Amino acid sequence: MQAGTLFLHARRAGSAAVPPVLALLAACVLFSLFLLVQGISPSAVFGNIYDGAFGSWFSWQNSMQRAAPIMLTALCVAITAKLGLIVIGAEGALVLGGLGAALAGLALQGWLPPLGAQVGLLLAGAVVGGLWIALAGALRHYRGVNETISTLLLTYIAIAVLNHLVEGPLRDPASLNNPSTFPLDWNVMIGEIPGTTIHWGFGFAVVACIVCWVLVNRTTFGFAARMIGGNPQAAKLSGIPVGRVLLLACGLGGAAAGLAGAVEVAAVHGAANSSLAVGYGFTGILVAFIARQNALAIIAVAILLGGLEASSGVVQRRMDLPDATLVVFQGIAFLCVLASEAIQGRLRMPQLLRPREAV
Amino acid sequence: MSDKTNVSRRRFIQGMGVAGLGAAFPGIWLGKPARASELRVGFIYVGSRDDYGYNQSHAAGARALRDLPGVTVLEEENVPETIAVQRTMESMINLDDVNLVFPTSFGYYDPHVLRVAGRNSNILFRHCGGLYEEGSHPENAGSYFGYIDECQYLNGIVAGHMTRSKRLGFIAARAIPQVLRNINAFTMGARSVDPDIRVQVIYTGDWHLPVREAEATNGLADQGVDVITCHVDSPMVIAETCEARGVYVCGYHADQSRLAPNRYLIGAEWKWETPYKRIVEDVMAGETPSRFLRGGLAEGFVQPSAYGSMVGDGARRQADEVKEKMMQGDFVIFEGPLNDNQGNTVIAEGESHEQRDTWLEQMDWLVEGVRD
Amino acid sequence: MEEQTDVLQEQLTGVAEALGWWGVPLAILAGAIRASTPFLFVALGECLTERSGRINLGLEGGLVMGALAGFAFSHITGNPWAGVLMAALVGSLMGLIHGVLCSLPRVNDIAVGIAIMLFGVGLAFYLGKPFIQESAPRLPAVPLGFWSSSGAVQSALSVNALFVIGVILAPLMVLFFRSTRWGLVVRMVGDNEEAARAAGYSPMRVRILATMVGSAMAGIGGAFLSLYYPGGWSEGLSSGQGLMAVALVIFARWHPVYCMLAALLFGAAGAIGPALQSVGVSWGYYLFNAAPYVLTLVIMIIACSRFRTLRGAPGELSVAR
Repeated sequence: MQAGTLFLHARRAGSAAVPPVLALLAACVLFSLFLLVQGISPSAVFGNIYDGAFGSWFSWQNSMQRAAPIMLTALCVAITAKLGLIVIGAEGALVLGGLGAALAGLALQGWLPPLGAQVGLLLAGAVVGGLWIALAGALRHYRGVNETISTLLLTYIAIAVLNHLVEGPLRDPASLNNPSTFPLDWNVMIGEIPGTTIHWGFGFAVVACIVCWVLVNRTTFGFAARMIGGNPQAAKLSGIPVGRVLLLACGLGGAAAGLAGAVEVAAVHGAANSSLAVGYGFTGILVAFIARQNALAIIAVAILLGGLEASSGVVQRRMDLPDATLVVFQGIAFLCVLASEAIQGRLRMPQLLRPREAV
Repeated sequence: MSDKTNVSRRRFIQGMGVAGLGAAFPGIWLGKPARASELRVGFIYVGSRDDYGYNQSHAAGARALRDLPGVTVLEEENVPETIAVQRTMESMINLDDVNLVFPTSFGYYDPHVLRVAGRNSNILFRHCGGLYEEGSHPENAGSYFGYIDECQYLNGIVAGHMTRSKRLGFIAARAIPQVLRNINAFTMGARSVDPDIRVQVIYTGDWHLPVREAEATNGLADQGVDVITCHVDSPMVIAETCEARGVYVCGYHADQSRLAPNRYLIGAEWKWETPYKRIVEDVMAGETPSRFLRGGLAEGFVQPSAYGSMVGDGARRQADEVKEKMMQGDFVIFEGPLNDNQGNTVIAEGESHEQRDTWLEQMDWLVEGVRD
Repeated sequence: MEEQTDVLQEQLTGVAEALGWWGVPLAILAGAIRASTPFLFVALGECLTERSGRINLGLEGGLVMGALAGFAFSHITGNPWAGVLMAALVGSLMGLIHGVLCSLPRVNDIAVGIAIMLFGVGLAFYLGKPFIQESAPRLPAVPLGFWSSSGAVQSALSVNALFVIGVILAPLMVLFFRSTRWGLVVRMVGDNEEAARAAGYSPMRVRILATMVGSAMAGIGGAFLSLYYPGGWSEGLSSGQGLMAVALVIFARWHPVYCMLAALLFGAAGAIGPALQSVGVSWGYYLFNAAPYVLTLVIMIIACSRFRTLRGAPGELSVAR
């Protein structure tokens, strides 16, 4: 039985992947025209994009590493979207999660073994991030405050709080030109996945995506969430505790973003500072919507986006083009992919012609 | 938690990094066939390289290197101070055989440059503004910077002569040592003209926030401030708003006189081509460039803008005089007795801190006369 | 003796020119006038789009493209109003892309909006490189503060024509929705697609038009940024005004006059931080600079209630469900 359903899943995923692939091809054509008008060779640009994003093991690692935080912030958008919420404030949860993790790490290191402190700081980041988005969920549920605005506002507030604390009461006087909290011990820092130069944040992100997929598609919580997203009134009538599910979903989403912040602190910066707020949260919104809120598709889309960002440098360096070149391509590509949802499901023709015994 | 433990901790990380990664990835960086007698230089900017300010001043320095024979310049802009800059440096090294890297943003140094330098011991890194610590930082890392506070001191002298309200304004991005040093030098220059002068500081909170910078300029002008200078990434908006409000402006990073033709007094400009050329020439000659390369007016790392036509003779005379002394190396800005704006003595009578003193690069106080 | 008169002179100029604490309310008023215009135009534009039942998160893209187009055309033609016109045109093109893509089946308007934001900002940065070093003629200001001898008051009350247009536009839009046929059609499409279709209107066409006009207004808001305040074309010109203004529409419950008030409030609150610092209050400047966001959130928490969620929301709008 397992083999059969697996085959079915693979087949469904395969046919679902056809429109986006066609869309990417269309985007390449449009972008080539854009380049040709200015006398720039598209083949050179695409060659460099491939080289920088996926041309070698080094480039793959570069792309995957850049994808890690985006996956987690995209999860924040995707989980809450299952209930019909549009949360655009993962950035705020990431920033405060990072700050919480840095403080927890400083408090725990020394009297807990390194592994304990690591677990503690990651948990702290997730809890702080979760509470932050759950706050928006509570405002929505108990006061009717629209979560799209509140999460955006909360993001700006979170960044202000981070900057205030990091440049004021929590500043390490030794952090000269990049005001930060006191640094974490070296042995509390999160290292790299053996055999790679990718830090463990990527592993956490992939696991989080898989867990999230299972949660949404294979549990009663996920069922309740999807039901609320489909029709909140009906969900309420059928006895689903809407408030509890909503708060839980917001908390989980925020926890994913907060974890991203904790990883940034524990694997990259070694302290909390203003470099936490670089827009991962906003990129995550895009990734989540392109992946149509599917947690597994988020992995692929995030790596693709990480690859485009990684290759931007190669295109700039080798062709002396501005950084915005690849942003234009990203814009065209995502518009095409989104438009391709219109043909999603209409490409069954060739399959229909074939005998259908496999289905 | 004392500074000492931090340093030793950091030293340990470095050690671990070099030993561990060098062992894990032998030959990846060493195995590349070097392009014969060619120096490939990578520049990394935190913002857009046409920002009419900080990043552009570095890009101008990079352009000066392009004319040197045997040098190839590769540039990458808008690289945030995260894992992205580590990956960018490694990508330059791995994919484009860069052998000298100039990461130009303050926030790149610790931990990003230190970590990547530890992994790539045969590549040279020279960071703008970082404070190299002998022994604890990788040997292939180092830093350069310009004493632009000398120009800010001259700005202050001219501003001190031109102000009628005795109130000057300084729009600063964040309270970090290099910004505080500029605020202090500007204030001391102005107060050398008239000790009654006060300088009001406004922090915008980030390096590039045009609307808030314009609001700050207007807020200062409303308070009767009649000369404004700044330390933000792009002073474009501030210069234009000053012109519109009829207050004088002293420029920063580059010459903004075109933006405020009737109000631009003088400015503090970078000349990054000087340190860049010097570092590259050292490398081409087979020498290790200094790990602590600094210079001011005398060395040609910085220069003042030409005086605006409205600057009076008295101001020109005093500023020229001080500039001449600075060029001779006879002028010390940070000299005792000096109080901070809380009333504490920061430099005692008879003590002085010359420009190369790294104590100045850890400044966390504002001089008497500054209101922040 | 001479020294004494000097000191007196100094004090007198000090009193005349410095406003001290009075500068704070003045700066807030001035901030409301100066900084609110982009919010005002984007919010009114988005209000129209959302009333037709669609949300366009991509107005930031239209705004930045408008800022560039306005600046470039003012530079080329020497006429800032030509720039404003071009900004509106370019903005409407961005709206056209959004409108058409969202009319395809199953295409999510929020996602397309975010992609438009990315595309617009990227394209503007790419095409804008040659204009960073240039200057362009600015939009004129009306000196409403001519009666005062204080430079601060004069400056605070020099009001840009676009601000005046925006303020007049808001009540006109209320009239438009309430008493014109087109206004009713937009509302009908936004509230009940089926009813509109039954009445013989194409929801698709109405929405595309509403998105184009809304995005054109975002373009005008961008032109204000590059042609008046803070002025000039640079890549950091917009600090998310387009995105924030979209949120303000929900805050203002889809009512044009409330949109205007929200924009004014937001502009005013943004001036609090710098104004306080200019009189010497420097503690917590990050927190004061976050005042607009805190204020908006607090007002929403007070004004909303669980039982009358989003009154005035168009029935077909995805965020309003």
